[in-house]
Parts: sequence; structure tokens; C-alpha cells
Amino acid sequence: MKPAPFEYHVPDSLNQVLSLKREHGEDAKLLAGGQSLVPAMNFRVIQSKVLIDINRVEELSYINEDRKVLRIGAMARERHLEFDPLIDKWTPLLAEAVPFIAHPQIRNRGTIGGSIVNADPAAELPVLMLALDARLKAQNSDGERWIPATDFFDGMFTTTLATDEILVEIELPHIPQNTGWSFMEMAPRAGDYALMGVAALVGLDEAGKCTRAKLVYLNAGDGPVDAKAAAKSLVGETLNKKVINHAAAHASEKEITPFGNIHASPEFQRHLAKILTQRALVAAAIRAGEGYIQ
Amino acid sequence: MSTRFFGKRIKRNEDPRLLTGQALFVDDVNLPKMLHAAFLRSPYAHAHIKGIDVSQALERDGVVAAYTATDLGDYWQPGPLLVAPPPVKDIVFNERTQVPLAKDKVRFAGEPIVMVLAESRYIAEDALADIEVDYEPLAVVVDLEKALQPDSPYVHDDLKTNIAAHVVQTKGDYEAAAKDAALVIERRFLYEHGCAAAIENRGIVAEWDARAGKLTIWDTTQAPVVIRNGLAGMLGLSERNVRVIAPFLGGGFGAKIMMFYQEEVLVPWVAMKLNRPVKWIEDRAENFVATTHERGQIHQATLAVDKDGHILGVRDVFLHDTGAYAPYGLTVPLNSQCTLLGPYDIQNYYSEFTAIFTNKTIVTPYRGAGRQHGVFVIERLLDIAAKELNIDRAEIRRRNFIPPDKFPYDNEIIYQDFAPLSYDSGNYEPLLDQAIEKIDYHKFIEETQPKLRAEGKHVGIGIVAYVEGTGIGPYEGAKVQVMSSGRVSVVTGVGTQGQGHFTSFAQIAADHLGVRVDEVDVITGDTDQFYWGAGTFASRGAVVAGNAINEAAKVVRKKILKLAAEHFEAPEEELEITDGMVRVQDIPRMSISLGELAGLANPMRGAVKPGTEPGLEATNYFGPESGATASGIHAMIIEVDPETMQIDIQKYVVIHDCGKVINPLILDGQVHGGVAQGIGNAFYERLVYDENGQLLNGTFMDYHLPTSLDVPRIETGHGETPSPLNPMGVKGAGEAGAIPVGPLFAQALEDALHDVDFEILEIPLNSNRLWELTQASSQPDA
Repeated sequence: MKPAPFEYHVPDSLNQVLSLKREHGEDAKLLAGGQSLVPAMNFRVIQSKVLIDINRVEELSYINEDRKVLRIGAMARERHLEFDPLIDKWTPLLAEAVPFIAHPQIRNRGTIGGSIVNADPAAELPVLMLALDARLKAQNSDGERWIPATDFFDGMFTTTLATDEILVEIELPHIPQNTGWSFMEMAPRAGDYALMGVAALVGLDEAGKCTRAKLVYLNAGDGPVDAKAAAKSLVGETLNKKVINHAAAHASEKEITPFGNIHASPEFQRHLAKILTQRALVAAAIRAGEGYIQ
Repeated sequence: MSTRFFGKRIKRNEDPRLLTGQALFVDDVNLPKMLHAAFLRSPYAHAHIKGIDVSQALERDGVVAAYTATDLGDYWQPGPLLVAPPPVKDIVFNERTQVPLAKDKVRFAGEPIVMVLAESRYIAEDALADIEVDYEPLAVVVDLEKALQPDSPYVHDDLKTNIAAHVVQTKGDYEAAAKDAALVIERRFLYEHGCAAAIENRGIVAEWDARAGKLTIWDTTQAPVVIRNGLAGMLGLSERNVRVIAPFLGGGFGAKIMMFYQEEVLVPWVAMKLNRPVKWIEDRAENFVATTHERGQIHQATLAVDKDGHILGVRDVFLHDTGAYAPYGLTVPLNSQCTLLGPYDIQNYYSEFTAIFTNKTIVTPYRGAGRQHGVFVIERLLDIAAKELNIDRAEIRRRNFIPPDKFPYDNEIIYQDFAPLSYDSGNYEPLLDQAIEKIDYHKFIEETQPKLRAEGKHVGIGIVAYVEGTGIGPYEGAKVQVMSSGRVSVVTGVGTQGQGHFTSFAQIAADHLGVRVDEVDVITGDTDQFYWGAGTFASRGAVVAGNAINEAAKVVRKKILKLAAEHFEAPEEELEITDGMVRVQDIPRMSISLGELAGLANPMRGAVKPGTEPGLEATNYFGPESGATASGIHAMIIEVDPETMQIDIQKYVVIHDCGKVINPLILDGQVHGGVAQGIGNAFYERLVYDENGQLLNGTFMDYHLPTSLDVPRIETGHGETPSPLNPMGVKGAGEAGAIPVGPLFAQALEDALHDVDFEILEIPLNSNRLWELTQASSQPDA
């Protein structure tokens, strides 16, 4: 379990990173937290000729309030997301979900950008980007562009970043008023990749009717799965058991395509999706302001 | 002897060294000019090797050598059979043991084919990718039942069968007894593969000193003396010219006593051949396929009971997966066969097993060593009988316990040590009563559980019993010596794997010699320090080595008193040994330290008298005629989320009888560790093979060990029936925690999910499997 030989660079500025990335293109991998990359290199599943270690690029590590959005540098550690009060203030859904990511030791090193770019369908952060309507800033030595989360993920472990681009910032809007949220997942042990997980958001009007809803799943397909039809079925409804169960059944039976693994059959994954959706919607509706009617 | 330390909760002597990183592990051994070995392992479970080309690897900078099976010449031999077949009538036993490097065909994925030596492990691993092997994949033997079908491929072609062994053992007459039964229950039980997953993988460093003609080997083995003897024979060296050091081990659990692992044979050989020190440290990916596994069995078992639940007889026919080779003989299936009888008075027993070669990693004992399977079968059968007969689960066990006046109790079959399976002592009912009290069994069933069920909670209780054959022979030895500093040295050949021997052995000696426990230095695992021994396995260290130390310390005490009596010209009866001093009672000025006395015992003038020896030391050996039988009860309360099938253990109780206890703190640790492994075995850990014999979960990401969050606080209680088979009255405790956890989970989970009509007949489980089982039973009859 030793990696194959590789060339190692340790730039300390973003400009250096971008020029190295342009120079080496597909031959180069960025080393962020290294929590997925390093084991894969040790197993020789990934044999990258060039490794660009970006851990000294301090300009990529921040969590800042802007006027209307929260800005997070790609190298912000998952542990920072867990403890920074700005996260809870702006996007309490993210604050609720981050402790589910692996173990504290892994969150100490793991970065928000690293997890998003890794695009593991079983990971939490890609799901949260979709659920939270994030915008992702990509940069190369020519300039930058903003990519909505919905256009960022492109299948299993794949993104729409160009080979010379890197993810530099994540922009998150405020969770709207009268919106409730919930993140739930089921893992064999605390810290494992979840067998199934869901991020749920529901907005209610003053009459308690659902105005907007979102249901995004992990480990339910080849990327984060946005169950739009199930979410849409909630809009205009009073959230009671029947409505919720209907949405949960629709999402788990029609909108997700879990592949199964040695820990769970696709049938069990669908069953878990149904149960977790029911529970998450109840929790979100209650948070939105007594929105759940028994 | 006074018992100032024996039986006390004393903190461990070895912990300061371990906790401050001062303890030596094999990987800490780094020598000048040391080479590093890496092994090319088969990606196929079964394939012919048509050609191997290492030329590219040899051209790589830093690569020193590469060896295939043919390069080994006459040194290439199948390994020795560690345990011969037992003396059972009509036994079938086909001996096939592992080879150092696969020659014409590979028989399991992970079998080593080429050994590469390089200046670093990195380069050695790079070189593995340069080697080309021409494989011809063969049909694979994975499933135990298909392995016996006439069209099955063979793991060992020349045998024309995949049967490794066939053994029938009987007691009484099951068929006759079953005729009178009020109820006969027959079920099929599955027990799947798991592995020891010690925190430290295996490792070997070998150094050849050409001038001294001496080979030194640091090895993560539980049996350094046996490794020394075997290697000396293979390498044509005198045993005195081979030194095996087993330093601190990060756990062994049985998997580090497989004579011989291929790497154990090869690394010393190549160190001699190249005349350079060589290191090989197994990595975790290798460990999952190259270190031995355990547990694959299928049982078809029948229980016959009368209307009150008394056992009339048991019939059990099972298949045992031994993997590609069977160097450890039949220890595991024999343990299953014998331990099934448990603490119960069973007069009629028919047990038949077939051990089967498959294209999987070799199976050898791992903590419990087959006992789990037998306990699972009998405990589940009793649960089902209790349900059918409407008898309380604890009560049906109580009714069948061997009564205390029936010991020694002869089970009339042969145990793993080839001695008759006879229980030396035991008293099971008080253990059950203690467990019932500690977990508040009756209150839970009568009050708590109905109340929780009314609230919609799914909470269940389980209670199971077991015995554990421990402390088997052949022997261990120890040398106890008072040093000139006054400290006491205890040297034994037994080896250690983290059980606290540096403390428990010290406690035994300290009481006899009037010193503190931290004034006793225990040395173990170095064959140059003690020549004789067998190893640390089968829960035998405290029994066998412990009693040897006890006897040796008694002799040293006598020598101390005799010499001091001469020195003070006082009668021995008036002497006392306390705080490292020998004193004449009531005469304070007449005292001498043990260190000074040791000096007097080694005079530089005068003469040692005929018939005496210099020094205050003695060597003694202990070999019990048969094993001591420990016993216990585990009880648990568990909550299940009936929708996600996630579990939460709310209370866990172990009541345990291992005779006299040397150190209750260490014993608790042993029990806790065992229960943790048992919980893993019951609900988390399972090695998953596909139909091609590929292990699908050879990482800790996918092989789930229970973490500190999954293992609950464990409450322990003790019974004490001293073993009459050894002077200290001790029994082994190493495996007790792990043995009955599977059936405990099964029983408690069925109880928790009481509203579903289903049976758990397999281990390990997980949430997915539990859901499948409950789904299957909730379907309407097809």
C-alpha cells in the first residue's frame, strides 16, 4: 500500500496553482484534504504523475458573510463548517449535516472543495450543494466562471470542471424565511458512508401550505439525486402524513436509482429512502413553523 | 503463600511503556543495510500459472532480487502440519498444507507467487507491477455445498475430492433417544467468515550474522519457540543458532499462530542467502487476504426434547470451510463439535462434520476458534424449543444444566487437545441467577418491556450460556530468578499478544517472593531467554505458564529461606520475606535484602556444595493432563428501530467463571475485548466473497469493525469454581467474551421484533439482512 512514484509541487499562491494546473493538465491531481485521494493513491487505484499540494494556499481557506450570500473558500476544512457560527446562521441545514461526514479526524483534514470536486455519490456535501442552491466558482489562469450546483455534477466521480480549472469558492444563499430543513442518513456505523441519506427543505406560507420543497438524496444514483417530482407534489399542500408518505413513496420508488452494495440491497436502500424522507419531511415541516399536521 | 497481589485489581506493569511509545514492535526494528520484501499475490482465486517473467522487475533501480517457486530449489516444501488429526475411529483426513510460493497453480486470491527484495518498500512495490504472470483462470470452488457435487472443480487436483476431513463423534444413541421425544426441532444454521483484524498486521525482520553463524528473527508470532524449532530444521541450523523474538504484539487473536506463514519461511531464508537484513511488514490490504480467516460453517442440526424441555439428544451434521489449505488440522471444527454440548447434560449426541477445501484464504483458529458455531447451534435450538413448549428462555437452560455434583463430567468424545472432553468443574445455576439479577430479567419481561411496547418501542432481552475449554497442554515452562539488584526476573517461552502477562505473571511470583509487582520483570517471547514452550493460544497462558511460574517461585522461596537460615543461623520457620527483605522475626537488626542474598548465593570464594546450584533461581514446567472448562452467561437488552433496523445495545451483562482470578482488572479487559469482537462477529463483521472467490470488502471502509460507539458499557460478575487440574485453580479467560454473542443477538433481536414472526438462523447479521429476514416472513404464504 505504497503509492506509485509521482512529482510533487507545493505552491503557496492560487496563481501558482493555476499555472501548474495549466502546465500539467490531466496528469496533475490537486491534493486538498487528501482523505479520499491519498488512500486511492496508496491502493494504486489512482496513479497521478503530478501532485499539486494546495494546503499552503491560505487565500482559499475562509468563511465570510457577504451582503446577500455566504462565501466559503474551497480549502475550508469540514471541521470549520462544523464549528463556524456563520454556517448555522446562514444555512443551518449544512450545520446539521456536516457532523455526519466521516469522523472528526477526517473532518479536520477534509475540505469542502475537495469533497465537492471528488463528486462521490455517497458523500454529503454534493447533496447539500444541490439542496442549498449553491453556486460554485471555477477558475483557471484566464479567468473565472460561476457554475450552479445543478450543472456541476456530471456522474460518478465526475464534474463539469475543465482540466485546467479548479474550484475556488462556494457561494450559498440564505435559507429563506418560513423554511424548515432536515438532514437524515442511515449508516452501518457512525462515520461510515451512508447506505441512504436525504436533505429536505420545505417552505410554508402563512396558512401553513407548502410553497417550495426540495428533496436531494445521497447514494441514490450516479450523483446527488434531486427528486423534483416528489418535491413538487408537496407544493400547495398542507403537510400531513398522507401527503408526506405519498412524496416519500414517489421519490423512493420512481426518482432514485440506488445501485446496492455489499451492505445494502437496492431494495433496502429504497426502503430506507422512504423512511428517511418521511422522517425528514416531518422534522422540516415542524421547523418551518408547526407545519406538520398529524 | 500469602495473597497480597494474587486476585487484586492491579494496574499493568507494561502500560507505561506501551502508552509512551517505548514498547518494541516488529516494525520498530531497523537495521543497517536492511532490504525490504514485497510479495506479488494472485489476483485469481484459482488459476494455472503458465509462466512468470520477472526480468523487467530486476532491471528497476533499487531492486536486488526476485524469487519464484522454482528459484527456491529444495527449500520449496509444503509447510508442516501443525496439529495432527485426532485419534477418532474411521476419520478421513487429507493433509494439504500451504507452499511458500505458488508453483503451478494458485488456490486462493492473495496467495504469494513472487518475492521481490529492494532497497525500499516503495521500490519493491513498484517492481511488483513490472512482473508478468501468465494465468489460465480455472473454475472456482467457493460454495461449501457445491464443492461436494461430482461436477465441482478440485482445489487439490490429485485428491479427486474437496473433502479435507470427515469426522463422526457420538455419545449415547441419538436415534433411540429421539424416539421418545415430545418435540423434535430441525434447522439449518449458517455462520459466515470473519477475520481477527488485529490492529498490528504481521511482520518479520530477519538478520543473518555470518561470523557467528546465527540467525535472529523478529516475528509477530504467538509461538516463538515453535517457529524457532521449525526454521532451524528447514534452514539446517542448530536451534541454538536461531533466535526468534516476538516483541510486543498489537493483538494476535489466533491468526498470528499459523505455522508457517509463507513469509515466515521466506524472509529468514532470503536474509541468509543475500547476507543482508530483510524486513517485511504486512499491509492491511495483504492482511485481509493473506492472514488466516475463520468461521464459515453450515449446520443441519436436530434437537430432541421431552415435554418439559429436557434435552434427550442432539444430532448435528455440518460442513466446515477450511480454505485452500489446512495447516492447523481440525482444531476449529473439533471445537465446534465439542463446544456445542455446552453446559448442558446431554446424554445422546451424534455429530458429523466434513471439512472442505475451497479457493479462499486459509482458515485457522481465531478467538473462539470454532466454539462460537457450536454455541450458536445449541442456544438457538433451545430458544426455539422454549418458544414451542412455552417455557421461559432462562428456565429451559436451567433445567438442562449439568448439576454441580456431576463433575468431573465426561462427554465421551475427543477434544482439540486429543484428551477426552471432560469438564473438570463448574456450577452453572448460580451464574444464571447472577445474570438474571444483574439485568433484572423478570422485571424487564413483566413490567419494563410491556410498558415500552405500549409506547411503540421495540426492545428485547437475551440470555445465553456457554462453556469454554481452556488451558490445554502440552506444557509451558518458566525460570524465576532473584537478581543481584533484588528485582525478580520471570522468564517464560509462552509468548504474549497483549493479555497483560507482564503483570499477571508478576503477581504470581511477587506473592511468593515478598516483592512488589513492579519489582518483577517478566520476559517472554525471546527464545534465547527461555528455550522451551508452545505458545499463547487456546486461553492457556495463565493456566499453563502461570502454574509453571507458581511452582518455580515456590522453589526459589525455599532456596531463599534455606540460604537466609544458614546466613543468620536461625531456623527457617522464624524467617519472613517482605518488602524485598528476609527478616528474622522480632529481631530487627537481623535482615538482609534479596539482592544481597542473591550475591551470597553466587560466592566467588569457597565452593558450591555438591548437590546445590549457584543463585536463587528455579526452572519449572507445567503440563495439565487436560483442559480446564470455564463457563458463563451473557445477557443483553437491545432496542431496534423496526424501520431502519439500526440497533442500540442498552445493557450488556457477562457473568463468568474462570476459577481463581489472578487480576480482575485484566480479566475485565479480556472480557470487554472479547465481547467487542463478539459484537462485531454478530452484527458488523463479515468477509464477503463473490462467486469468483474474490473478497469484496478487504478494507476497513467495507469490513466493519464495531467502534467505541457500537460497544456498550459491559457489566461483569464472577463465579468461582477452582479447577482441580492445576495448583492455582485457574481457568483460561481469553476467548470467553467472544463466544456466545451471536446467539445472544439472535435471541434478543427476535424478542425486540416480537411482532414479526421470524427466526434468525445465521450470523453475522446487519441491518440489511435483518430487514430481509423480517420482510420474508411478513410476506403472505406463497
